Amino acid sequence: MVLTTYLLPLIGGILLGLSAIWLLLTLGRVAGISGIAWGSLAGPDRGWRWLFLVGLLLGGLLTHTVIGQPLPDESIAPTWLIAISGLLVGIGTRMGGGCTSGHGVCGLGRRSPRSVTATLTFMTLGIITVFIMQNLMGGRG
Amino acid sequence: MKAWPALISGVLFGLGLTLSGMSDPAKVLGFLDITGAWIPDLIFVMGGAVVVTFILTPWVLRRQAPLMASAFSLPGKQLLDRRLVGGAVLFGIGWGLSGYCPGPALVSLLYGYESTLIFCLAMFAGMALEGKLSQTLTGK
Repeated sequence: MVLTTYLLPLIGGILLGLSAIWLLLTLGRVAGISGIAWGSLAGPDRGWRWLFLVGLLLGGLLTHTVIGQPLPDESIAPTWLIAISGLLVGIGTRMGGGCTSGHGVCGLGRRSPRSVTATLTFMTLGIITVFIMQNLMGGRG
Repeated sequence: MKAWPALISGVLFGLGLTLSGMSDPAKVLGFLDITGAWIPDLIFVMGGAVVVTFILTPWVLRRQAPLMASAFSLPGKQLLDRRLVGGAVLFGIGWGLSGYCPGPALVSLLYGYESTLIFCLAMFAGMALEGKLSQTLTGK
């Protein structure tokens, strides 16, 4: 299982990095998905953002059709929890100015102190939240 | 500004998220579950991505301008503030509740799962709400 445990995640990660570098090199933009998603609805310069999102879906389609990787299972979390989760992610990423991609992948590459702070903070809170859900709330579903 | 390079960037990003396992919320939760049945895979995703950006970003930013736009559009803020940390706290909690962050959630819309659709709708509602909240709080 070396291929799925180490190699595919590593290849996937390198592709994410190259995607961010390509966007910075050609258009001078940060590949932060929360910012691109919100900007595609609310921002100026919507064109490139829509193209990015179309590409995002195309990339996923390639993985699961041409490359033939099986689809992941649907989340087992109850609907209300999914909705609260989405709401918090939406509020939090706009308030904090980025998510795993903008702060994590791009911001760490720029050595941005704000992004280092944000990444350490959301990783820590993610770990604490999972710990509480697994150990104190008796797991999910 | 030309827009087509964003399509290539999006395809690479979508490939990266799905090949790596980031679009599997169970795997993401397993990665965050460091005291339980920890799934280490996703360290290689973050690691691979950050090594690439860490090495190549300074090289790109040495240019006067990007190849197909007049200037780099980078976040101007440098200072750490409450909004940054507060936002990251809320985001981290939301991420830990479902295993979805924005990129994986959006690419997972492909799978046609109801939960992914609900997550994305709630996420956009949260984004809209945040703008309104801030406007109310700052009086602007």
